[in-house]
Amino acid sequence: MTTHVIRQLAGKLGGLLLTLLLASIVIFFAVALTPGDPVTALAGGVRPTPEMIEAIRAEHHLDDPVWMQYLRWVGGVLHGDLGDSYVYGTSVASLIAPRVGISALLVGYTVVLITIVGIGSGILAAVRRRRTEKAILLGTSLGVAMPTFVVAILLIWVFGRVLGWFPVYGAGDGFVDHLYHLTLPAVSLSVLYIAYMSRITRGAIVAQQDAEHVDTARVRGLPRAHVFRRHVLLNASPPILSVSGATIAGLIAVSAVAEQAFGISGIGSLLTEAAARKDLPVVQVLSLLLVAVFVVLNAVVDVAVAIIDPDTVKRRSNA
Amino acid sequence: MSIAQLTRGRVPAPARRAAGRDPLVVAAAVVASAIAVIAVAGPLLAPYDPNQLYVGEVSAPVSLDHPFGTDDLGRDVLSRVLAGAGASVVGPVIVVLLSTLVGTAVAVLSAWFGGVVDGVSTRLVEVIFAIPGLVLAVLAVAMFGKGLVAPVVALSIAYMPIVSRLVRAGARTELGKPYIAALRIQGVGSPTICVRHLLPALLPSILAQATLGFGYAMLDLAAISFLGLGAQPPASDWGVMIAGGQPALLNGAPEQSMFPALLVVVTVLSVNILGARVTSWAEGADR
Repeated sequence: MTTHVIRQLAGKLGGLLLTLLLASIVIFFAVALTPGDPVTALAGGVRPTPEMIEAIRAEHHLDDPVWMQYLRWVGGVLHGDLGDSYVYGTSVASLIAPRVGISALLVGYTVVLITIVGIGSGILAAVRRRRTEKAILLGTSLGVAMPTFVVAILLIWVFGRVLGWFPVYGAGDGFVDHLYHLTLPAVSLSVLYIAYMSRITRGAIVAQQDAEHVDTARVRGLPRAHVFRRHVLLNASPPILSVSGATIAGLIAVSAVAEQAFGISGIGSLLTEAAARKDLPVVQVLSLLLVAVFVVLNAVVDVAVAIIDPDTVKRRSNA
Repeated sequence: MSIAQLTRGRVPAPARRAAGRDPLVVAAAVVASAIAVIAVAGPLLAPYDPNQLYVGEVSAPVSLDHPFGTDDLGRDVLSRVLAGAGASVVGPVIVVLLSTLVGTAVAVLSAWFGGVVDGVSTRLVEVIFAIPGLVLAVLAVAMFGKGLVAPVVALSIAYMPIVSRLVRAGARTELGKPYIAALRIQGVGSPTICVRHLLPALLPSILAQATLGFGYAMLDLAAISFLGLGAQPPASDWGVMIAGGQPALLNGAPEQSMFPALLVVVTVLSVNILGARVTSWAEGADR
């Protein structure tokens, strides 16, 4: 069984690297084949003279074959050289570095909310049937139709205009102030995913509660709390875990919306701005970064699921 | 009874009967139909020209003259919401159609041929799956410029793996059933089996996924417009209107953002309710 798991994990790692490689190719070539001459963007608004064009083309190796440019780009990224922004002229790394922290904090805050409220309410809905369950189900059906931008404008109106308890613009200074400022953005990001996680959690637990092995455990006279923890929750955790992994990984891209709505300068707002201004080197690197985080997080969760429940891996590989 | 009759005859009747018993589903169907009517006939229903500026009535509250108020340029919000319905609804519809068609085709082909075709297409689907939809849409905007076309195409590609995984799994189960073998032995051609027998059997689950996909597509496209990368002002796409009304929230004029936001939520909610119904019907049809 153990060798089986190890072989599965090795296969997963290989698949992960292959996926990353293919994704980097897709991202690079999509951008490299973009209509429009990068020289115009690199010249920074002035009409370039023929000498300037030549100099720019030479500096950015634009006359090399595309695959050479790809290898140079990937090599650079692997060594931490992320290229230069068309718009700012500075290195992409220097644009990303000061923004990573605040975006990570925002996503982390959101993940905490989703985990506590989403999984918590899901468990509650599964355990307490009838009225509690009905209320939570109603809330979650509404919640899955409440995207970040809708919750954001509701919160900005309620707290910015009516109540004024939380700031609705910027990220503040210092850790505590950051948390204070990021509360509304994190709530606006989390509502839809809380609803989603709550439904997944409830579904997984209800499915386990009706399973035969749980009945058997109950009939054996084991304490209810023990049955719930060891037989229901543990067996319900693989699907909950895989969905949370995919959710959190996708969250990083969606955080752009919260950053935009609340005027926070993070990775998401940088990506949005770069796309709007056709700052292709920035878009390339950030897309690759988001894809890498997405793929790695999903793989980590798969491994965690495999450790909890080796059967899942076996079942998936046979599917 | 022939196989074709079995697979076709059971499709609409139970769904209709089940829906009739659930008032929530009926309400959702009514709302969704109303949204569809607005999407088609919105500009005709609008009481004012959606782009006409009423200078004396900037950021006016809800009134009889302007049931949804006016925006910061004095434009009638109700007329703008109605005129923007078409763009807000057609985008997600195209995403669902494209991703469903391509995803189903890829899945059926890879389930039918297996081997190398299956291996390559599964790997390809895996790679697309690794790029979040919103990232692919933003990438497309960076390449082809702002507007709805690039994000719609990008989201169609991004949603394809979800359809394709589902349909591939269903198709493999279905292909293992004795009736497919029976058809093969009778000498029925592969395209005929796929189109006349396999697809009808998979239709319920494809339909369920498509209905749910509409909601996601609508939210993603509205988010892209909210970010300023999709439909461009003065278009009255709902996402654009929500973003445009944001400054007025702090001045005590929430109508400009709230009404288009309400429409997005109500549309997605009603289609999701219908989607849940279609899903439970599809699960019933599987057995």
